[in-house]
Amino acid sequence: MTAGVGSGLTRARASLRRLPFLSRLMTRGSENGRAYLLLAPTVFWLGLFLLVPLVLVAITSLTVRGAYGETVYRWTLANYARFFEPLYVQILWRSLVVAFWTTAICLAVGYPFAYFLAQVPRRHRGTLLMLVIVPFWTNFLIRTYAWVVILRTTGVINTVLQALGLISEPLSLLYTPGAVLVGMVYGFLPFMVLPLYTSIEKLDHSLLEASSDLGAPPWRTFLRVTLPMTMPGVVAGTILVFIPALGMFVVPDLLGGARTMLIGNLIQNQFLTARNWQFGSAASIILMALVTVGLMAYARSFGFEGEELVG
Amino acid sequence: MTQNKAGLTLAAVFLAISVVLTGCGGGGKPAAQVPAPASTGDQPKLDGELNVFNWSEYLPQEVIDEFSREYGVKVNYDTYSSNEEMLAKIQSGASGYDLVVPSDFMMQVMVKKDLLEPIDLSAVPNFKNIGDQYKNQAYDPGNKYSVPYMWGDAVIAVNTDKVKRPITSWKDLWDPAFKGKVVSLNDMRFVIGATLKTLGYGMNETDPAKLDQAKAKLKELAPNVKVWDSDSPKTSLLNGEAWIGLVWGAEGVLARRENPAIQVVYPTEGIGLWQDNMAIPRGAKHKRTAEAFMNFVLRPEIHKKIADAFPYNLPNVEAQKLLDPSVLGDPQVYPPQDVLAKGEWLRDLGDTTQLYDRIWTEVKGQ
Repeated sequence: MTAGVGSGLTRARASLRRLPFLSRLMTRGSENGRAYLLLAPTVFWLGLFLLVPLVLVAITSLTVRGAYGETVYRWTLANYARFFEPLYVQILWRSLVVAFWTTAICLAVGYPFAYFLAQVPRRHRGTLLMLVIVPFWTNFLIRTYAWVVILRTTGVINTVLQALGLISEPLSLLYTPGAVLVGMVYGFLPFMVLPLYTSIEKLDHSLLEASSDLGAPPWRTFLRVTLPMTMPGVVAGTILVFIPALGMFVVPDLLGGARTMLIGNLIQNQFLTARNWQFGSAASIILMALVTVGLMAYARSFGFEGEELVG
Repeated sequence: MTQNKAGLTLAAVFLAISVVLTGCGGGGKPAAQVPAPASTGDQPKLDGELNVFNWSEYLPQEVIDEFSREYGVKVNYDTYSSNEEMLAKIQSGASGYDLVVPSDFMMQVMVKKDLLEPIDLSAVPNFKNIGDQYKNQAYDPGNKYSVPYMWGDAVIAVNTDKVKRPITSWKDLWDPAFKGKVVSLNDMRFVIGATLKTLGYGMNETDPAKLDQAKAKLKELAPNVKVWDSDSPKTSLLNGEAWIGLVWGAEGVLARRENPAIQVVYPTEGIGLWQDNMAIPRGAKHKRTAEAFMNFVLRPEIHKKIADAFPYNLPNVEAQKLLDPSVLGDPQVYPPQDVLAKGEWLRDLGDTTQLYDRIWTEVKGQ
């Protein structure tokens, strides 16, 4: 595998040399120079589409809002101070709770599923993995609307239950906190399953056998051997679910009936109805800072180093 | 191992990014029309291209094609879904658009911020087709910057199969009997406006004490509201999720088409009114062509065609005459004069918008 990548790189380098300009750069420059040249597109891309917008958001968050929503370039921290009023802290807290439960359920559902995936014969695995990914071929909004059709009063679930005579009055399923959770778990489950699968698949089965040979019951083997060894997958999965769940605003709007405001809705409203980009930017920066700090602490506590998470 | 972990995380991050991108990609793509050669020689000399920025679901492709064919102008058509989205693009400058369609209160903002080009009404002779009550609005006296496009209202729609008692007032939405049975627009201005109306105030109130009362009142409405939905409130009425609602008038009428038990009610306190307008952004490159497009839209048969596709109300009295008498004569579609007289237009509130947002956040965040 490594050899394959190596020879591929050599080939790539050789073909780059054919371009006279690049060849001159590459032979003249040191190894480092060459590395930078190869990095350049990525750096350019990230700089243009991540760093520059981020700096603009940060600048906006420090300015004053004009009467018509325009940016007045007077520096202030008022937008940040405002976020720490109980009203907004409460909204942030609620978002954290929703994101937590989404992650917890995804983990509880995703782990056994990923374990099963890793156990099935290899020839079926590809198909099953494919089925996990297939929903991504459809737009997330459309898939969420599908849940509206399933959950509503005259929807699939109620119609079937009523036809079977199990219920007489339709159940109130849509526009409830439960519906939000269902939609979130549905949307984010693959992000939990895929890293878990990769971790579990690499599990060394001889260790499990050793554990049971030494008299450990299956539950102990799971807690003391399987779980610790698949922790990288658990950490990656929880991060990948928790972060987008924290900022989600589409699902609470569509399946929750927009009845509770989450931090994502708050930020969206600042940009689209209140015309207060300054406060919206400050809220975004605070959210990003919280996520970054939380992520670092979380990853460290499991013995990851920062650079591994950055990739 | 380390490399694998990093690779795994990286792969997952890419997956996440791709999903986030597809999840958010709701924006419309510009549709370019290939112009056919102009058919008539006596048309005024126009530019070969026009960049239109309009609300989504608001102008049928057929009308755009017809304009392209007749004038030999290539129309680049982009859409937006909120006034604020449009404002942001125009404010950023160099948007390249020649024609936008701001609502009433947004006109006020754009005029004040000097974002619009004055319109030469002599180049829009069909402006004469517009009814007097739709001209000369407070946000643009003398129609210096705007030509009316469509108008509509925010009303109560009620399913008379479920609700047997007569509905007459905005206050009826607060009836404890409707707990979890109300659909409401998810629109801060119209909802707080209707709440203010129940207290005997206007929809454009700026007095903090009165707004405080409205906040307390609106918090009482929240348990009744099953769903806040501005995009398609008729859906909840039709599938039985809601019995009664604060909805766009056109949504109420569309619901009635499918279920005759659903009726539009004009609350006695007065309805909320809105009007969208065609305008030209400051510095537009094809101003003359934009005016020709406005004039084209205001042709009675064209304007009627737009209303057929998207059944909002026409400000064009000549186009109204082409409507089926059952539509124009339907008081639930075209409110009677006394209802209109009591209706209220939203105005831009400047800094008070922040107070409205605060109330909205408190109600939704409770």
